Amino acid sequence: MPEELTAELEIPEAKNPVESLLRMERMPHIWCPGCGIGTTVNCFARALEQSKLDLDNVAIVSGIGCTGRVAGYLHLDSFHTTHGRAIPFATGMKLANPELKLVVYSGDGDLFAIGGNHFIHAARRNVDMTVICVNNLIYGMTGGQVAPTTPVTAKGTTYPYGSYDPPFNLPYLADSSGAVYVARWTTYHVRHVTKAIKEAINTRGFSFVEIISPCPTLYSRRNKLGDGLDQMNYYKENSEIRNGADTKEVGMDFQGKIIVGKFVERERKTYRQLMNEHLTNVFGDQFTPYEG
Amino acid sequence: MKKVRGTVIIKDDSCKGCAFCVEFCPTDALHLSDRYNAKGYRLPELLDPEKCTGCGLCGLYCPDFAIHGYIIKKVA
Repeated sequence: MPEELTAELEIPEAKNPVESLLRMERMPHIWCPGCGIGTTVNCFARALEQSKLDLDNVAIVSGIGCTGRVAGYLHLDSFHTTHGRAIPFATGMKLANPELKLVVYSGDGDLFAIGGNHFIHAARRNVDMTVICVNNLIYGMTGGQVAPTTPVTAKGTTYPYGSYDPPFNLPYLADSSGAVYVARWTTYHVRHVTKAIKEAINTRGFSFVEIISPCPTLYSRRNKLGDGLDQMNYYKENSEIRNGADTKEVGMDFQGKIIVGKFVERERKTYRQLMNEHLTNVFGDQFTPYEG
Repeated sequence: MKKVRGTVIIKDDSCKGCAFCVEFCPTDALHLSDRYNAKGYRLPELLDPEKCTGCGLCGLYCPDFAIHGYIIKKVA
């Protein structure tokens, strides 16, 4: 901004509003130029700010991978766990302290390949936590191997002529495993992502938000799709908002249409409620319901 | 002089030149300038201060927390 203009104006503190939620001493972060993970962190920080939660009661757990680094950059109680085991660690924390708001923030490889088993069982039991999956359709940190979410015909280091593994449809997996809140957005839909994270955090039970994010260094480069900005423009042009869509039909094709929206919102009893109810039925007055 | 409604603050050292802010600015107030930071990334710049509404969408898109917009309350 030209000086002759700024001289007459009142400039507030030159501090980014999300800085209070970040560990600024660790910046700049390791994510590549054009990567969408930073955008999702930005949305997450704003969602936390807007939800007016007591931040001492929020814990963030992540696994290994590019997205796994998020826990290290957020100024919250954070936990960087072993590969794929973010959800079991979070389940343990929830059982020990039911007052905690737990957010599992991890990538598609960590949550659905290495930790796929934990994901479906936490959803089945309806453990009260929010799972945010940043889906960049490939293993980023390890060098571009094909992940369980890579669309058919997309190239990766392990499939140089294109993948022929049928990929997971993550919202369908979460829905059929029993998640109470399932949404999918892309990094282009920043306002929707913020709103979805806010809703997911306020939902009691297992809530799942998938955020499709560009990976310019491995996915886009190997498939000749341009840089992060080109992927963002692809999301802008090819995503269709269809709230309440049948999750069976929201699978992704290589560079095809992306169906985004809030797909599932329902109520189920959480793990702790089920345990307390069942044991009260069995033992009657002898059992004191577990409240932490 | 026209009304200046909002402006942006850019942290040159944090920017990685992804140009998300430039592409998705609703009023096209930003452009990629000819300036480069110490790491060699091309920096965004407020092209037309009168176009900026201070909506802060650039700040929401920025993956590097390098830019944020705000509304100027007191107009000179």
